[in-house]
Amino acid sequence: MFRRLASMPIVLFCVVSITFFLIRLSPGGPFDSERKIPPAIEKQLLAKYKLDGPLVTQYTGYLSDLLHGDLRLSTKYRNRSVNEILAQTLPVTLTLGASAFLLALMIGLWIGSFAAARPGTMAEGFSLMLTLLAISLPSFVLGPLLILIFSIKLAWLPVGGWGTPEQLLLPSITLALPFAAVIARLLHDSLRETLSEDFIRTARAKGLRETRIIYGHALRVAILPVVSYLGPLAANLLTGSIVVETIFHIPGAGGFFVNSILNRDGFLLGGVVIVYCLLLMIFNLLVDLSYSFLDRRIRQ
Amino acid sequence: MTGIDLPRNGRLPFLILLLIVAAVIFGPLFFRHSYDLPGELTYAPPSWSHPCGTDLDGRDLLIRILEGGRISLLVGLCGAGISLLIGTTYGLIAGSARSSIDNGMMRFVDILYSVPRLIFILIFINSFNERLQLAASAHGWNWLVGSSRLVILILSLGVIEWLTMARIVRGQTLALRERSYVAAARVLGQGYWAILWRHLLPNLAGIVLVYLTLAIPSVIIDEAFLSFLGLGVQAPQSSWGSLLAEGAASINPLRGAWWLLLFPSLALLTTLLALYNLGDALRRKLSAKSH
Repeated sequence: MFRRLASMPIVLFCVVSITFFLIRLSPGGPFDSERKIPPAIEKQLLAKYKLDGPLVTQYTGYLSDLLHGDLRLSTKYRNRSVNEILAQTLPVTLTLGASAFLLALMIGLWIGSFAAARPGTMAEGFSLMLTLLAISLPSFVLGPLLILIFSIKLAWLPVGGWGTPEQLLLPSITLALPFAAVIARLLHDSLRETLSEDFIRTARAKGLRETRIIYGHALRVAILPVVSYLGPLAANLLTGSIVVETIFHIPGAGGFFVNSILNRDGFLLGGVVIVYCLLLMIFNLLVDLSYSFLDRRIRQ
Repeated sequence: MTGIDLPRNGRLPFLILLLIVAAVIFGPLFFRHSYDLPGELTYAPPSWSHPCGTDLDGRDLLIRILEGGRISLLVGLCGAGISLLIGTTYGLIAGSARSSIDNGMMRFVDILYSVPRLIFILIFINSFNERLQLAASAHGWNWLVGSSRLVILILSLGVIEWLTMARIVRGQTLALRERSYVAAARVLGQGYWAILWRHLLPNLAGIVLVYLTLAIPSVIIDEAFLSFLGLGVQAPQSSWGSLLAEGAASINPLRGAWWLLLFPSLALLTTLLALYNLGDALRRKLSAKSH
């Protein structure tokens, strides 16, 4: 666990460096446009955004600014700092991500245990088929289809936007469903395996009811693969939210991310990537902590 | 084929896949018009002459789906092939190396798993596309200039999708190296690489092929994701992802051009579902055999 903590800054440093050099080494600068800027003004612009001087000095300057918590200015949205933009958009993305996370977990655990409790029945086969269908429905297919059905044909829910709980519903479902299916399949497989073990046979011999066996005994062990999937899940949700925000016109960090690539807005791009990675690392640390906690209980 | 013959529940998906591949390769040959020729009929709903309707520029959607399928399947197959190459090599080395090296290598995979890899790939593609184009035109490789983005896309998707393959191969290698015939080979004095090449690799072929059928759909989804954002395949080329993006953009309460969304979705969905079902059937068969 301590080694894990120690490796975090190293990974973050690699992330920062890779992002910086990927952006700075690409041809074309942030101020390239059809209209040619006079050299004197361009020089001033470069100085203002600290893009002048040799690459190494730029790099070390950026690193030291980052250490002071300064993500610098956006070159596209003039005079707005990346910190400011992220402070406005990140809460939106995190709300969407968190609700999708909870939704995926709830649906996934429910369907997974539902299917595993009914081996060999039609219900099991049907649920597994359903999960396979949901995995094959990526968010950019599911989102527009849901809008078409629920917002345009039935007019039950808003097409997009942000602010009300109704506007959160469709995006979270869109984002969550494929991952709920992955969780359901993971849990189903591991529950089936756990249910054939000796301690379950003992529990059955004691005359416990099947629901008690599954939810009281087997689930505690079988949940471990799901717990170790939570880290990748969070990464996938953050990536997926970029598309979902675009589909539902949600003013989150994802839209700024896509635009910053198209506009060569290096510091905004770097800021989004660095903050995303930092969040994921903290989340993974928490997952690891909970995992070792669960694991120890089993060994005893 | 390395001891895997098609299980009963894998036959239907396999057949569907064959049909899709054949349609995508040979289908466009039966059309008189080229797919990027604009027509008079814009936003025409499905009819006998245009079974899937037409789009904003009056192009026939069916032929665009078939042409887009070529790109999507090509990217899926090549990307998965690259991921197979990297993943197998990595997993084989980790699984057969000393445990300290193995631990380090798998730790690296764990870190990569929880980093938003697709985001780095986005930056990478957009940074290096122009660079490659410049280099290609400087060397006079004209074929590369037009499709540099596609080449970069395939390479980079292969580079991010190998993690699962590496884990599976490493686990299998760990199990295989304890087998008596590997011990026998070692006692007979065969070297490390000879054992890898002659004894471990052939026995991994089955599981690698099974996971290839599961890697192809993830690469196809990734490509569609990038193209949907407008950062993958670029016009005049199109893929199922970029068709879906166009379809999603044309959905609004005033003009519900539903066919632009429905038919590309169906094409993508059918392909993914068939691939997943085939992979699942093969995986279940393989795990049943090894028990």
